[in-house]
Amino acid sequence: MQTSTVFLVLVALSFVGFLVGRKRSHAVAAGVGGMHLLHSLPKHYGYMAALWAGLPALLLLVLWMAFEARVVHNLVVAELPAQVQQLHHSELGLYYNQIVSYATGSSDATLLDENQLSAAEHYRELMSNSGLMKALLVCLVAIIGALLAVQRVSPALRARNHVENIFKWILFTCSFIAVLTTLGIVLSVLFEALRFFQSIPVTDFLFGLQWSPQMAIRIDQVAASGSFGFVPLLVGTLLISMVAMVIAVPVGLMSAIYLSEYASRQFRAVTKPLLEILAGVPTVVYGFFAALTVAPFIRELGESMGLTVASESALAAGLVMGIMIIPFVLSLSDDIINAVPDSMREASLGMGATMSETIRKVLLPAALPGIVGGILLAVSRAIGETMIVVMAAGLSAKLTANPLEAVTTITVQIVTLLVGDQEFDSPKTLAAFALGLVLFFVTLLLNIVALYVVRKYREQYE
Amino acid sequence: MNSIAVTADGIGEAGASSPEAGLDIHDHSDVKDYETVGEPFVEDPKMSARNVNVYYADKQAIMDVSLDIGKNEVIAMIGPSGCGKSTFLRTLNRMNDIIPICRVEGNINLEDQDIYRGDQDTVLLRARVGMVFQKPNPFPKSIYENVAYGPRIHGLAHSKAELDEIVEKSLRRASLFDEVKDALDKPGTGLSGGQQQRLCIARAIAVSPEVILMDEPCSALDPIATARIEELIDELKERYTIAIVTHSMQQAEVGDTKEVFTMPKHELTENYITGRFG
Ligand SMILES: Nc1ncnc2c1ncn2[C@@H]1O[C@H](COP(=O)(O)OP(=O)(O)OP(=O)(O)O)[C@@H](O)[C@H]1O
Ligand SMILES: [Mg+2]
Repeated sequence: MQTSTVFLVLVALSFVGFLVGRKRSHAVAAGVGGMHLLHSLPKHYGYMAALWAGLPALLLLVLWMAFEARVVHNLVVAELPAQVQQLHHSELGLYYNQIVSYATGSSDATLLDENQLSAAEHYRELMSNSGLMKALLVCLVAIIGALLAVQRVSPALRARNHVENIFKWILFTCSFIAVLTTLGIVLSVLFEALRFFQSIPVTDFLFGLQWSPQMAIRIDQVAASGSFGFVPLLVGTLLISMVAMVIAVPVGLMSAIYLSEYASRQFRAVTKPLLEILAGVPTVVYGFFAALTVAPFIRELGESMGLTVASESALAAGLVMGIMIIPFVLSLSDDIINAVPDSMREASLGMGATMSETIRKVLLPAALPGIVGGILLAVSRAIGETMIVVMAAGLSAKLTANPLEAVTTITVQIVTLLVGDQEFDSPKTLAAFALGLVLFFVTLLLNIVALYVVRKYREQYE
Repeated sequence: MNSIAVTADGIGEAGASSPEAGLDIHDHSDVKDYETVGEPFVEDPKMSARNVNVYYADKQAIMDVSLDIGKNEVIAMIGPSGCGKSTFLRTLNRMNDIIPICRVEGNINLEDQDIYRGDQDTVLLRARVGMVFQKPNPFPKSIYENVAYGPRIHGLAHSKAELDEIVEKSLRRASLFDEVKDALDKPGTGLSGGQQQRLCIARAIAVSPEVILMDEPCSALDPIATARIEELIDELKERYTIAIVTHSMQQAEVGDTKEVFTMPKHELTENYITGRFG
């Protein structure tokens, strides 16, 4: 049976569990002399039965799906002739894949040998057995669960609290899954990065002033060329992000102040949705704008002033990135400033302060923790932004603090390292993971700094 | 010393839709069926309101109020919830300007200057007519910074020592100094409700206003804190002109309360007066 069908049956069984549980509570109530003598309402007994029916069975279904393919694989391979089983790991994988794709009907028999044909038959049989067993077991668990719950219905059973508890655990599980996935991502990046550091020393990576992974075509050349110094990338990233923030923070913050404190209702009603649309424009479009409009404009402007400007410059990318982030900063700050209670405004204005004094001395200090948080979120976005930089700032990893030159960033290099057909165990590709790890730590550091700033401020004022 | 208790019928049989709803104080000459106690007009008033109407969008909150506030007088206003007491108080220092839908008609003079004249500087006006709000609203700053806020923005102190002095004097006048003198750098929001309200009073008097408007300053306070603030108001009237909104009849009786305007059109109002007032 299809997994989706099993799932639908399970939902139906839960619903039946709900009805039976509720009915049972009515019956019990009638027995003892009225609904008010039961601890909980009928629906709570119903929910309890539904959850007892649904949750364990759902867990079983998920586990089954997780292990089904592996178990079937082992069973099929065990039946194959010995010399096939001796094959190299990847070859055996290919061999098995052919069997599966034939068995599921996505390829025909022309390329297969005798053994594979019979194995495919075996595979089909196993799969259909597994499907049947899965359906039966899941239904059985669901019914047993519902029965157990219904059995327990009695005046003293605190079904309401019980359901509350189960919900708490469901919520906990969800957040746990979120944390676990994050941890998984970090660990997988960490392990790949460690493999990279086996061929390139950490110090070379962290303190090297030159980045040219393109030279590392053959593995034996890599260590010799020693071109995995990530400092130019970090400097490039910080340079572009800084340009972006110099644009985005003042403009965003001040327009937020204007919108929340001075603008008329009509102006606000028109402007806010417009800005939100701006925030939704794909970054590739901004990249276009940067490469075709802003970068040439900056170069001409610079040359007319007698400066040498690269046709792809950090300034162009940073500028456009800043424009991209403005709506983000604006919308966050606007929400935060609006959240400062009106009584603060009245207190200050009632003292004879002007609007701008009120903003500087009361509203901004009160909103500062939120604003700092918003700005750091914006910085994270700037650091993580890739598309605009690829298009407008170039790929050359030059170590420079001059925003008129072409630079490159960590994210851009990750992309260029991994684009195209690459071996996944050469230092060149593994370097991407090391960069990812560094990126992770940079953002982590930013968040820690943000937390520190916010807490320090809070201590002062609350 | 004069103290006027104003009660008004703001609810009305027809509910809020009635055009009669709103603080409605008339010169008793044109409303014969109102029992009017007290005299709404005084010689040489500090502030005077003439035929004031206030609207929120097209809903009228105050109808044709004419009233004087004498120098160094405490004028107390009482009346049912929603009748427009806060609204009237806010018109006196143009705090209603903040509310876009609010519209004020009529004349309000501070001494002999129309505060709704086009070129009136609201910032200056609010420095002269200070306000203490219904709910204590100290800034999330230290106690010292709260009181120093007004003097700082108006440049009243020329040195740190001078500022310290203003802060101490204001806190003393608000009879809060002894409780907080060792904790001036602690946040003002950490004080108790009654202390916060006294802090707000200290903050208001730190800029030496001529008139102080107080909107139910004791509504959230226990009887002891209320008593302290009442004492305080009694002392403050030596120096300032005070307009206060209150729900407490005792507060309305601060000084000699001879002057009570009533419009016993509504039971509640009548009870307000005949129950405990003479
Ligand atoms: N910002 C506002 N927007 C619209 N209507 C308002 C606003 N403020 C007050 N009103 C209306 O004006 C009328 C008077 O309100 P006001 O706050 O002055 O009453 P109040 O006498 O102070 O009442 P309370 O004793 O409950 O404080 C009420 O009907 C109220 O609904
Ligand atoms: Mg009020």
